Amino acid sequence: MTANRLAESLLALSQQEELADLPKDYLLSESEDEGDNDGERKHQKLLEAISSLDGKNRRKLAERSEASLKVSEFNVSSEGEKLVLADLLEPVKTSSSLATVKKQLSRVKSKKTVELPLNKEEIERIHREVAFNKTAQVLSKWDPVVLKNRQAEQLVFPLEKEEPAIAPIEHVLSGWKARTPLEQEIFNLLHKNKQPVTDPLLTPVEKASLRAMSLEEAKMRRAELQRARALQSYYEAKARREKKIKSKKYHKVVKKGKAKKALKEFEQLRKVNPAAALEELEKIEKARMMERMSLKHQNSGKWAKSKAIMAKYDLEARQAMQEQLSKNKELTQKLQVASESEEEEGGTEDVEELLVPDVVNEVQMNADGPNPWMLRSCTSDTKEAATQEDPEQLPELEAHGVSESEGEERPVAEEEILLREFEERRSLRKRSELSQDAEPAGSQETKDSGSQEVLSELRVLSQKLKENHQSRKQKASSEGTIPQVQREEPAPEEEEPLLLQRPERVQTLEELEELGKEECFQNKELPRPVLEGQQSERTPNNRPDAPKEKKKKEQMIDLQNLLTTQSPSVKSLAVPTIEELEDEEERNHRQMIKEAFAGDDVIRDFLKEKREAVEASKPKDVDLTLPGWGEWGGVGLKPSAKKRRRFLIKAPEGPPRKDKNLPNVIINEKRNIHAAAHQVRVLPYPFTHHWQFERTIQTPIGSTWNTQRAFQKLTTPKVVTKPGHIINPIKAEDVGYRSSSRSDLSVIQRNPKRITTRHKKQLKKCSVD
Amino acid sequence: MKVKMLSRNPDNYVRETKLDLQRVPRNYDPALHPFEVPREYIRALNATKLERVFAKPFLASLDGHRDGVNCLAKHPEKLATVLSGACDGEVRIWNLTQRNCIRTIQAHEGFVRGICTRFCGTSFFTVGDDKTVKQWKMDGPGYGDEEEPLHTILGKTVYTGIDHHWKEAVFATCGQQVDIWDEQRTNPICSMTWGFDSISSVKFNPIETFLLGSCASDRNIVLYDMRQATPLKKVILDMRTNTICWNPMEAFIFTAANEDYNLYTFDMRALDTPVMVHMDHVSAVLDVDYSPTGKEFVSASFDKSIRIFPVDKSRSREVYHTKRMQHVICVKWTSDSKYIMCGSDEMNIRLWKANASEKLGLTSREKAAKDYNQKLKEKFQHYPHIKRIARHRHLPKSIYSQIQEQRIMKEARRRKEVNRIKHSKPGSVPLVSEKKKHVVAVVK
Repeated sequence: MTANRLAESLLALSQQEELADLPKDYLLSESEDEGDNDGERKHQKLLEAISSLDGKNRRKLAERSEASLKVSEFNVSSEGEKLVLADLLEPVKTSSSLATVKKQLSRVKSKKTVELPLNKEEIERIHREVAFNKTAQVLSKWDPVVLKNRQAEQLVFPLEKEEPAIAPIEHVLSGWKARTPLEQEIFNLLHKNKQPVTDPLLTPVEKASLRAMSLEEAKMRRAELQRARALQSYYEAKARREKKIKSKKYHKVVKKGKAKKALKEFEQLRKVNPAAALEELEKIEKARMMERMSLKHQNSGKWAKSKAIMAKYDLEARQAMQEQLSKNKELTQKLQVASESEEEEGGTEDVEELLVPDVVNEVQMNADGPNPWMLRSCTSDTKEAATQEDPEQLPELEAHGVSESEGEERPVAEEEILLREFEERRSLRKRSELSQDAEPAGSQETKDSGSQEVLSELRVLSQKLKENHQSRKQKASSEGTIPQVQREEPAPEEEEPLLLQRPERVQTLEELEELGKEECFQNKELPRPVLEGQQSERTPNNRPDAPKEKKKKEQMIDLQNLLTTQSPSVKSLAVPTIEELEDEEERNHRQMIKEAFAGDDVIRDFLKEKREAVEASKPKDVDLTLPGWGEWGGVGLKPSAKKRRRFLIKAPEGPPRKDKNLPNVIINEKRNIHAAAHQVRVLPYPFTHHWQFERTIQTPIGSTWNTQRAFQKLTTPKVVTKPGHIINPIKAEDVGYRSSSRSDLSVIQRNPKRITTRHKKQLKKCSVD
Repeated sequence: MKVKMLSRNPDNYVRETKLDLQRVPRNYDPALHPFEVPREYIRALNATKLERVFAKPFLASLDGHRDGVNCLAKHPEKLATVLSGACDGEVRIWNLTQRNCIRTIQAHEGFVRGICTRFCGTSFFTVGDDKTVKQWKMDGPGYGDEEEPLHTILGKTVYTGIDHHWKEAVFATCGQQVDIWDEQRTNPICSMTWGFDSISSVKFNPIETFLLGSCASDRNIVLYDMRQATPLKKVILDMRTNTICWNPMEAFIFTAANEDYNLYTFDMRALDTPVMVHMDHVSAVLDVDYSPTGKEFVSASFDKSIRIFPVDKSRSREVYHTKRMQHVICVKWTSDSKYIMCGSDEMNIRLWKANASEKLGLTSREKAAKDYNQKLKEKFQHYPHIKRIARHRHLPKSIYSQIQEQRIMKEARRRKEVNRIKHSKPGSVPLVSEKKKHVVAVVK
């Protein structure tokens, strides 16, 4: 190839040379032709040379060597005009036989001169450079891939994804033919049963079953179900909401409404079907009898028996048993009263009664039982204190009040016996209206106790009262039985029932107060205890404030003097002032802990430690006195005070300690060598700021602090390899590039060491540069 | 009245197998799990200690050669098969799982200089001191047949290295020049020279397969383009380069194992400055091979040790040595990136784990724990205590003392340079970076 080029260039050069030499040749030939004139010419030249020596006529005369039109007589040639190729060609133009020569000559004319070919090394260098640039360009396509892989959070090797070769079963089956007799048999069977071998893969039966319930139907059904569920949940929510309402008033209203409804129904029943109503009444009566006959409050139940065993040792159990007995007594008493006073019509009330006592009973039982949680919550209440103050007073008073009310009721009951039959009808007739304005009516009609309706109403009221007070009375009686020792130190359990019932009582008392205000000398005594009760309530209300303040004060003191006071006092501070109210058990517990840790006085130790730390951190004075310098020295002689004062260099006061105002903290500002082994001294490389590093350290990556998912994400390894899998080098196809279609071998075989025209151009450019 | 039952999904507390831990519902409230940093720190510390405790990388030694192992080759398709050529002309094929030799061939007279497998794994090529290139079948001859090469090419000069193209039936040999051969022909289809020194090794680029790199004994590394049949560029280093290895994941990156104890990672487009200078060896580096993941490479040295370097770090992360291992001549990283093989002077091939403390055959829970420990170690790697433990390696006395010696030498050189700069006119003595220091010239 290069040889070819060289040949070309050589040719060009030779042509040029030929051209350049043309005139010379002519000259030469001329001179040769005119050999005879040689002597003359030489002579003439000599003459000229001699003449030119004088300097006047230095102009060289051109020599005429050929035939020309422009030849002057004075031997003057065409000066400055060079011989041009065109002039030579002019005669050739006409003759057609010289066409090839003409063409060649014209080609030569159009070409410029060609530079010298570069030497071999240079050429190779250029080749290399071009090839390198080309390769670098090819390689640069990998830049984004490499960058991506370097920055990747996770690299999973091998890179090429092995596609799972799972063909749909239909395809597999379609390409398969039954060969053996067994296979053929099976296929026959399948075909007989219309078992589809290919595409849909569903039997007709399955299809039919799919079709059985249409989409619309299914949707409708689903909607229905949804609606039902929504309704249910709505009602549930409503019930829950209502149940949650704490307002007593609301519940009262609801209860009343229910009672009213029941009455109405009963009346309706009576009107429509008196027999049925009577039956209903009987039922109620029977229920009451059953209740009376039952052994519910005898000391014969399981619980009672267990209590009886315990009663020997446990005061509380004994108390509970007694309470139960008293309750039984009460119930029987009440029974008599009820049986005397109440008629069959008081069904609704009875129902209420039936319901209520149990509840009350339960509450009492709960309250009586030593429940520390209940205790805690109650003692924390400030109102609690009030009840603690006058537990003995109030029940007595109330019991008194109750007895009064009962006493009031009794004559009424006697009258009732006489007027039972009248009552039956009237009360039933008027109950509905009366119950609406029960309170005012009741209060008004107590005056004239003659009217039966009023009486019945009053009974309702008194019944309520009784129910409310029952427990209280019971309590009073139980308290009466409690030995004096216990009374002196009133246990919180005893107060609880009071507390629990108080809101109700207040209501009733208020009602009673209203009643009393309006008139009724019989109830005269009622307001007094109530007032007293109020007073007694008020005073304790004031009272608990005092301990509270005290407590606060003490807490303040505690904060300030935490470190200066002794541990026992601290302990007493830690315990709230109501400590006295807490039961002995807790105290015992405390005592035990106290004994167990009697030895270590942590606070004093800490104080000592801090004092030492402060001392150690203080700058030391320097004593420069030299004993015996300037005075007598020796054993037993001390440098004089004056000298010591003079040579003592007082250390300057250091900056105030940071923990000066923090009594329970020691701040050590010295660098801890042991800790330094676990601290990073220099900011590590990839981080540019210390808070970046701190943040990475502070975010935990363990599963203790993260959810499983987050943990997995945080702990993903950077490089994942599959064991036993060969990782091949990255390929262009792996990253979505198109690999070159031509193989390297074919390329190298097609053009071994051949330079393309493009290369030639580049080469030229390079050489020009 | 609706009775609300306590009901739990059994998936939340029933374990799948009895080997699983009991599932415990967790409360992630950070208040319940205090001291996360100190606790994780301690965990990281323990993980680091355990890593050192369990760092037992040596797996097996394959003995059978009767002379030093001069070259190694991996089977491209079978992980367990390895080929080795020895200094007495013997080629052995090994099974790594059984750890035994499955075939022995007396391939050459004198050294087996180079060995390479065909990309499909059906045959392999060897070159020897007897000026021949031989192609052998991977499977042994039938019973009673003699071991005979498929083809033998008799060359004019000694071939010092061989490498096969990654996709096509082309291989390259080196000696006086780099020859590219078609497997079907007995003459090279192309010969490339640049200078007149003997070339010690030639390697095909695994990604852009038409690229070749070679290193010659006149201290230079030359790159060739097979398609254009021309060398591309040459870089001259301080000392001779023994081998190069291309990064299998990054087309333009290669690493050169140099006689001056260092390895140089180059970007072939910018040869004037290596991307990274890897130094830790205390003697000439004889061989280098990349992990198939392209993240690390292993180097074998005359100092009787092999070291593993991360590509982007200048210091090694691991050094392997045993009492009996002599000068390591060749090293290979297996294709699953889990193991390393090295052949050494004292006729043995050794198999190592690439991760010294890696447990093989992990359950999923163990894997999770391993990942967590790894992350912890990474997180707290800058803490001095942990760093110290993680970096601690035992070294043979010879290597240790050589390291000390070289440290002193290096320090002295540095001091001298600093002094020279200090006592000369500012700017007259340029400060040359470590990377540039070792590159003498780049020839276009």
